[in-house]
Amino acid sequence: MNRSQHILGSGLVFAVGIWVAWVSYTQQPAEAFLFPRLIASVFVVLAGWTFGKAVMGLSKVGSGVTRTMFLNMVPGLAVMLVYVFWAAKALGFYTATAIGFFILLSLYDPAPHSEGRTWIRRALITAVFVAVMYGLFAKLLSVYTPREILF
Amino acid sequence: MEFIYYFGDVFSPLSFLLLLGGTIGGLILGATPGLSPTMAVALLIPFTFHLEAVQGLILLGAAYTSTVAGGAVSAILLKIPGAPANIATTLDGHKMAKQGKGAKALQLSFLASAAGGIFGVLLLIFLTPLLAEWALAFGPSHLFWLAILGVTVIGSLDSASVVKGLLSGCIGLWLATIGFDDIMGAQRFIFHPSLGGGINIIAALIGLFAIPQVLTMFAKGRRTEGAEVIEVQKHSVLDATRELLRRPRALGIGTITGSVIGLIPGVGGQIAGLVAYDQTKKFSSEKEKFGKGHSEGVIAAEAANNAMVGPSLVPLLTLSIPGSPTAAVLLGGLLIHGIFPGSDLFDNHPDVAWTFINSMLVGQVLMCLFGLYVAGLAARVAQVPQSVMAAIVLALSVFGAYSVQSSMGDVYVMACLGIGMYFLERFGFSAAPLVLGLILGPIAEANFIQGGMIADATVGKSAYFLTGGLNIFLIAVVVASIAYSAWMELRSRRYTTKEEAQA
Repeated sequence: MNRSQHILGSGLVFAVGIWVAWVSYTQQPAEAFLFPRLIASVFVVLAGWTFGKAVMGLSKVGSGVTRTMFLNMVPGLAVMLVYVFWAAKALGFYTATAIGFFILLSLYDPAPHSEGRTWIRRALITAVFVAVMYGLFAKLLSVYTPREILF
Repeated sequence: MEFIYYFGDVFSPLSFLLLLGGTIGGLILGATPGLSPTMAVALLIPFTFHLEAVQGLILLGAAYTSTVAGGAVSAILLKIPGAPANIATTLDGHKMAKQGKGAKALQLSFLASAAGGIFGVLLLIFLTPLLAEWALAFGPSHLFWLAILGVTVIGSLDSASVVKGLLSGCIGLWLATIGFDDIMGAQRFIFHPSLGGGINIIAALIGLFAIPQVLTMFAKGRRTEGAEVIEVQKHSVLDATRELLRRPRALGIGTITGSVIGLIPGVGGQIAGLVAYDQTKKFSSEKEKFGKGHSEGVIAAEAANNAMVGPSLVPLLTLSIPGSPTAAVLLGGLLIHGIFPGSDLFDNHPDVAWTFINSMLVGQVLMCLFGLYVAGLAARVAQVPQSVMAAIVLALSVFGAYSVQSSMGDVYVMACLGIGMYFLERFGFSAAPLVLGLILGPIAEANFIQGGMIADATVGKSAYFLTGGLNIFLIAVVVASIAYSAWMELRSRRYTTKEEAQA
């Protein structure tokens, strides 16, 4: 695996560890941070060890993210981020789920995009799925989700 | 024999319906590659939130049992293990299916799963009260070390790298401290308003187990698995039962190996299945038939991976140490209902404890009965394109995380933890110790603080936490589990290096 990926990953974890240790040892009241201090000390040592190994090129475990995997994942991840952090609240859970679900199906469904039948199939699957989710959460479990557009 | 008293509760209409639904749903989910038992149970937890504690646990227990068994369907008919626990089943099961013995392989797998599973649950029934009584002698220092033991054992034994496993556990323990401190009321690590109330365990569980799977499916792109379902011809269940009884050695080795491995925290069903397969092959008079479609291979692997389910709950229900990642999720399911494992569970909530355990016994029988009929449907479900599965799991994760407290903050936390976990997993970190840290963190901290107060008033912190027979024993187990895993890791690296040198 690309050594720089290991350095980046373990470097980020190490940075978080240092931040946790800094907060634990500087914030007051000290009594509230006794346990976090204990954890932070071990956290920093282990993260430093992992980072050091990555810098020296000795990290063996973990295969990283290849370019192909990353490129495959980016569209889905983008849809997911928009769905979770904006659409679910702004458009309402069910509307956002219907749109997000359909886009994800269209992006990743191996069936050819040129056939009209596959688009109808995707729309049907989306409609059935959203109906099931509505029945399950809104009717059966009585979970009141944000509803902005339609339902 | 207290468990007999609560046996009837399993058959109350709602409980039995949940048991049935959990079993059938679990069989189908288990057969679906990419949906691990841990993830299936994590996704079900939000539904249990709306149920009574005992009914929620029945649903989770049924799903746990049957997802492990359901994984055999895709292992046999598609050559894709539904879960890591079913890897060993693929070796002979798929060969049998290709030889036109698919139905026989499925029947043997469900019958062996039920036999192994029932033995495992009986072990759970008889061992748990004894250990729970023993747990009464535990003070705050012991409970603190037990929580640390839970994290380190899973961190070291369940991870490819000991240091990264332990680091994952540390990250989990740190995440558990986010929010307001219980004693002083001080804010700790609240860097976003969503974290004001701390990290919700259920949202975290869903994010850590489900979202990495979703991203893994995305990363595969518009690819199909290309696996074809092998058609299953009819086969008499009676003949399969006779075949199972003709192979007592394979069934015995599988059951005992699975049960023993299940009792060891951190060692999963995957190991149980592979060790049982290997041992059965060693002791078999038909060694040459293994790997070519031998029924003993299927029997040993499936008896083992289901026999470990019951015993993996023994350390969970008595000492709060989950024996497997799925058991860790079940612990989350217990805690959200305000029930703590150990003597509290058996003294104050015996109805919950025993009805849950009894339901696992009944669930084994239901799993065997329905498995044979659901297998065909499950195999078809296993062929559902990953794009559909990814979209379904993502939507369920969002709704599930939101429904716990009707909070968008939980959805954000779930997504952030899940995306972070995906990348951490790619760098060799593991979700199980992180989850354990998150779940056991509050228990460890509460006992650390309580023990510290007692220590300050008596013998001092060092003497209180580091001396005494039980403390020393627990510390020794922590050190031994880390040392053993480090030694195994070094040994396997040396072998890799030697093989690389020869290549």
